Amino acid sequence: MQRNHNHTKICIVEKVIDETPTVRTLIFTDDVLSTVLPGQFAMVWIPGINELPMSVMISQESGKAAFTVRRHGSASTGLFNVQVGQQIGVRGPYGNSFDLKQGKLLLVGGGTGLVPMMRLLTFVKPGDDVTVLIGAKSKNEVFFEDLANNLLKNNNHRVIVTTDDGTYGEKGFVTSMVEKLVNENHFDGVYTCGPEIMMYKTVQLAHSKGLFVQASLERMMKCGVGICGSCCVGEDLVCRDGTVFNGDYLLSNKEFGHSHRNKAGILENY
Amino acid sequence: MEPSLVTSIGKIQLERPVMLASGILGISLDVFNRLYRSGAGAVVSKSLSTEPWDGYPNPTIFSVNGGGWINAVGLSNPGAPNFAKMIESNNDVPIIISLVGSIPDDFEMMVKQFKNCKVTAYELNLSCPHVAKVGLEVGDDPELVKKIVSTVKNSTDVPVIAKVGLGTTHYLNTVNAAIESGIDAITAINTIRAMAIDVETQRPILSNKFGGLSGTPIKHIALRCVYEISSKYNIPIIGCGGISTWEDAVEFILAGSSAIQLGSAIGDNWIHVFNDINHGILQYMKRKGYSNINEMIGLAKKS
Repeated sequence: MQRNHNHTKICIVEKVIDETPTVRTLIFTDDVLSTVLPGQFAMVWIPGINELPMSVMISQESGKAAFTVRRHGSASTGLFNVQVGQQIGVRGPYGNSFDLKQGKLLLVGGGTGLVPMMRLLTFVKPGDDVTVLIGAKSKNEVFFEDLANNLLKNNNHRVIVTTDDGTYGEKGFVTSMVEKLVNENHFDGVYTCGPEIMMYKTVQLAHSKGLFVQASLERMMKCGVGICGSCCVGEDLVCRDGTVFNGDYLLSNKEFGHSHRNKAGILENY
Repeated sequence: MEPSLVTSIGKIQLERPVMLASGILGISLDVFNRLYRSGAGAVVSKSLSTEPWDGYPNPTIFSVNGGGWINAVGLSNPGAPNFAKMIESNNDVPIIISLVGSIPDDFEMMVKQFKNCKVTAYELNLSCPHVAKVGLEVGDDPELVKKIVSTVKNSTDVPVIAKVGLGTTHYLNTVNAAIESGIDAITAINTIRAMAIDVETQRPILSNKFGGLSGTPIKHIALRCVYEISSKYNIPIIGCGGISTWEDAVEFILAGSSAIQLGSAIGDNWIHVFNDINHGILQYMKRKGYSNINEMIGLAKKS
């Protein structure tokens, strides 16, 4: 029987991987979530604590899925603290996905925004030339570099890490590296997910060069199904119309890169 | 001649009879514009309070197997003053402002916020089933309802609607109290208090434990209420509860609704549902030979 994707399914966390001191990956068995598209998300229930939207992380084993979570607010900290053997509830998948071009591709990820980027890497064609940019504040916050290299081992590829403080990889903001790369190369597709200011600059830079660019947005989300309205960005709902939007469309949105709504629905500037 | 979807709810005239119900998608003027372009005859805002409210923690929504939703969003809203500022620039979209409060002063203060805004009507939320001291707890007290309705009516010339639901007082007593105090129309009904329990973790799913049941499971209850109100009172009615198809909408009109509201159907069918229903009503009117909505209102009571 096909599962009602809006209905919460209880899964047991089977493995927990520490990616950094503040980021963990939780692996569980679920056929439906193991095969989602890059950009799609699930609503994840931590019983007794909260429920939050999470991009679905890939797993190396078939039939398994994962969430990679940064300890931040009460909900994400609740998920971060889930131990092996504990139950979580999942519903979804929700949302659209990236329109993957072929040829020379640039992926720009920051923090847990790397999750949909890693899934995107599982969809690239053998002939694609792929550059992955990983932005982090400092060395101890870098993760998924080895994974990206591993996923791209059959492609022409580069994985470039930038740290704001220069403690690892290239020193500086990841968007400075984006600027350098788009000035020196033509890309057939640019894809980004991470902090909104990073995405905003990446979209602007790629768009200014006439490149096809898409970003996967994050917003305060309550229902995940287009009812509560919490995740609106201008006239769009991230849960129903996104999470992935075209760059040229986003640049015409007066809220993208500038403001987001809080729990009460009040616009706050970034 | 092409039939007309124009409908009148007392003094309120709308181009189309299908509105967005309160609580759904209602925090951004850009989204209101989109819904209006998508076929909504009017949009009802989230219920606004005097101050911003965050609402309850997640989970705030539960999908009922077989159809329908239980929600306890907790009336999250930016507060009437912030909301009024946001819609000051609106000229095009018929916006109905939903208000929630505990005492007449709350409502009076909020109505004042909208003096520079184009407001089609106010809808008083006397029926939210999952927040203490407001909503249904107010609606269950007909004397308080009278005071609130009188206060709002004295504060504005804009039509005022009361949204009623199924609480501990018979809802017709609430309707009666609102009518006695000069209400212009009734919206019936709100969600019905309900809950969901997860059998694996053995705990209620919603963080608030109780929420409001909406969608298909309540449609025939809502329809019965509309029929009862329209049979007993001469007051314009907006039908609400489980409407997701044009047949549902026509049923509510035949029961006595001048217009209808929907919310849950958006979760299932997204915002195409407005135009789908408008189109279906038009085809029905053509087939049956009606030229306007008014000819159909309450027809089911004749037989």
